[in-house]
Amino acid sequence: MEIVVCAKQVPDTESFIKVGPDGKSIDTTGIKWVLNFFDESGVEEALRIKEKVGGTITVLSVGPQRTVEALRQGMAMGADKSILVDDPTAEGSDPAGIAKILAAVIKGIPHDIIFCGFRTTDDESSQVGLMLAEQLGIPHLPPAIKLEISGDQKAVKVESGVEGGMLTLEAPLPAVITVGRGLNEPRMASLPGIMKAKKKPIDTKKLADLGIDPATVGAAAAKVKIQNMTLPPERKAGQIIEGASVQEKAAKLAQLFKEEVKIL
Amino acid sequence: MAKDVWVVAEQRAGEIKKITFEVLTEARRLADQLGEQMCAVLLGSGIGGLANTLAHYGANKVFVADDPNLEKYTADAYTPIVADLVKTHEPSILLMGATSQSKDLSSKLAAKLDIGLANDCVEFNLQDGVLVAKRPVYGMKAFLEVVCETRPQMATCRPGVFKAAPPDESKTAEVVNVDVKLDPAALKTKVLDMTLTGKMDVTEADIIVSGGMGMGTPRVEGFSKDKPAENFYILENLAELLGGTTGCTRLVADAGWRPGSEHIGLTGKQVAPTLYIACGISGAIQHLAGIAASKYVAAVNIDPEAPIFKRADWGIVGDLFKVVPALTEEVKKVKG
Ligand SMILES: Cc1cc2nc3c(=O)[nH]c(=O)nc-3n(C[C@H](O)[C@H](O)[C@H](O)COP(=O)(O)OP(=O)(O)OC[C@H]3O[C@@H](n4cnc5c(N)ncnc54)[C@H](O)[C@@H]3O)c2cc1C
Ligand SMILES: Nc1ncnc2c1ncn2[C@@H]1O[C@H](COP(=O)(O)O)[C@@H](O)[C@H]1O
Repeated sequence: MEIVVCAKQVPDTESFIKVGPDGKSIDTTGIKWVLNFFDESGVEEALRIKEKVGGTITVLSVGPQRTVEALRQGMAMGADKSILVDDPTAEGSDPAGIAKILAAVIKGIPHDIIFCGFRTTDDESSQVGLMLAEQLGIPHLPPAIKLEISGDQKAVKVESGVEGGMLTLEAPLPAVITVGRGLNEPRMASLPGIMKAKKKPIDTKKLADLGIDPATVGAAAAKVKIQNMTLPPERKAGQIIEGASVQEKAAKLAQLFKEEVKIL
Repeated sequence: MAKDVWVVAEQRAGEIKKITFEVLTEARRLADQLGEQMCAVLLGSGIGGLANTLAHYGANKVFVADDPNLEKYTADAYTPIVADLVKTHEPSILLMGATSQSKDLSSKLAAKLDIGLANDCVEFNLQDGVLVAKRPVYGMKAFLEVVCETRPQMATCRPGVFKAAPPDESKTAEVVNVDVKLDPAALKTKVLDMTLTGKMDVTEADIIVSGGMGMGTPRVEGFSKDKPAENFYILENLAELLGGTTGCTRLVADAGWRPGSEHIGLTGKQVAPTLYIACGISGAIQHLAGIAASKYVAAVNIDPEAPIFKRADWGIVGDLFKVVPALTEEVKKVKG
């Protein structure tokens, strides 16, 4: 089974966010970069499939040089190799641009399963995987919380949540599978894993290597233009409800539900 | 020239989803400001009768695609139908809910029509007739204002953020039946099964009573230490009394105390209820990312230093196993 895991390096979710000098993106000073949560989960799922049926796992990312660290993390968990598209022209691409670059790479390599995260914890656009499937002209399966490869390895079945219910879907391979919440618990990289990852290959590519017209990706080609980035307004501190007893405090809160929230 | 504001409606098992009323209300507002029409697109099987309901929420025209193959949503079936309608009629704005189904559809449409998409928007403004969409990023720690350069300007609306106006049953709409021609060979992804739990989803709830790991260590007689899942009935009772539903933190879902569908936060569902009641939840930044759009937050925590109290409008410092039952009683009294 040839498995490609699309992975993005994002700021650690604990990061303090400040608006950068361009007013449209964050100030990246002091940011700790990590592998996007859902992509880590994608690597884990790929490993589980490989453990069952064998295969090769490639971690694929579009990003600047620092992204190597995220790729190494994926390989330390057990992925076999990585591809990094590092090209300044790709910077500021919108999801369609990223999907286009990912599609160009994937078209050139063997692929049965492509994992994409449900969403990134930075841009939160939750579009790239779906657009990638459309660009590759292959099926897409919605955020999987359970996954099963068919016995003949020609199809995949997933369970996916919808508001107020659950879907079971099936599609022939190759397919793009979106990684949903709780699909698995990603393993920690072991020390030998980390050592081995240092020797695993990272193939770095430029847009020209992929035959992509630079005018069709990057910030200038983005169909969704960012006007500005703002921070949420400062919240005033909440009020701790005082009272002589639990009952008294509870009664005060219930009263607030009636008078302020107006739900009772 | 592109004109009119369109909404892709969402129905499941013959019932229009609440989010659709929210989107229609916002679309009506934008259409009025632009002096244009507001049109809805409805897909499904045996759903023609629902067009009236969309009219009550302000749709001037409803395109109905009714076909047995559209009974359950699949991108393969829905995308080409909506794409064709968009190409023929060239709406200026195309809105839908940021639900699992419509986020799927909108991304596929974006790729197929080669247009932009802004997901999970919480506010729209018009600047010289152009739609400016505001969307949260970095777990609600920042917002982007974005403009779609392509037509239609497509965006999805975060559930709960745009409040639905009351329906006006005197309103009617022109109904246009869409000729559905599906190529069965193009339907690659199959829905094998759909089970509905019947439980209100956290993204659709106006009130959420949510539990964290504090639910697992009762210090009060009568609660289970070994089976923490059983303790959640106190949250369910309160939620039911308030007409809401229950939610939880990631740790609780991961522990299997609650279903994953209730997991709220950066890596779970992002909610926007009128009232969020956090019980035994510390208030980690990743959890707050999911509840930042709540109108009011109340918190119960035994630790006065818990970060949740910084986000909460009101807090009670105390043991949730005492406070939640007492609160339930007091709510009953106020309700009378
Ligand atoms: C990449 C990443 C993504 C994440 N995504 C999410 C996410 O989407 N959603 C999410 O929730 N978390 C997420 N987390 C986890 C998050 O960091 C926290 O670990 C988690 O939210 C804590 O859950 P909790 O509040 O239930 O538990 P704890 O932090 O253990 O808090 C339990 C609280 O209960 C209180 N308590 C204990 N007993 C009682 C009692 N009897 N009465 C009253 N109070 C009591 C304690 O004082 C404590 O404050 C993520 C973490 C990472 C790294
Ligand atoms: N720059 C990138 N490089 C590789 N994969 C990406 C990149 N951006 C997004 N993805 C993939 O697409 C998923 C969804 O991202 P997004 O649409 O930005 O929320 C991520 O979880 C990744 O799997």
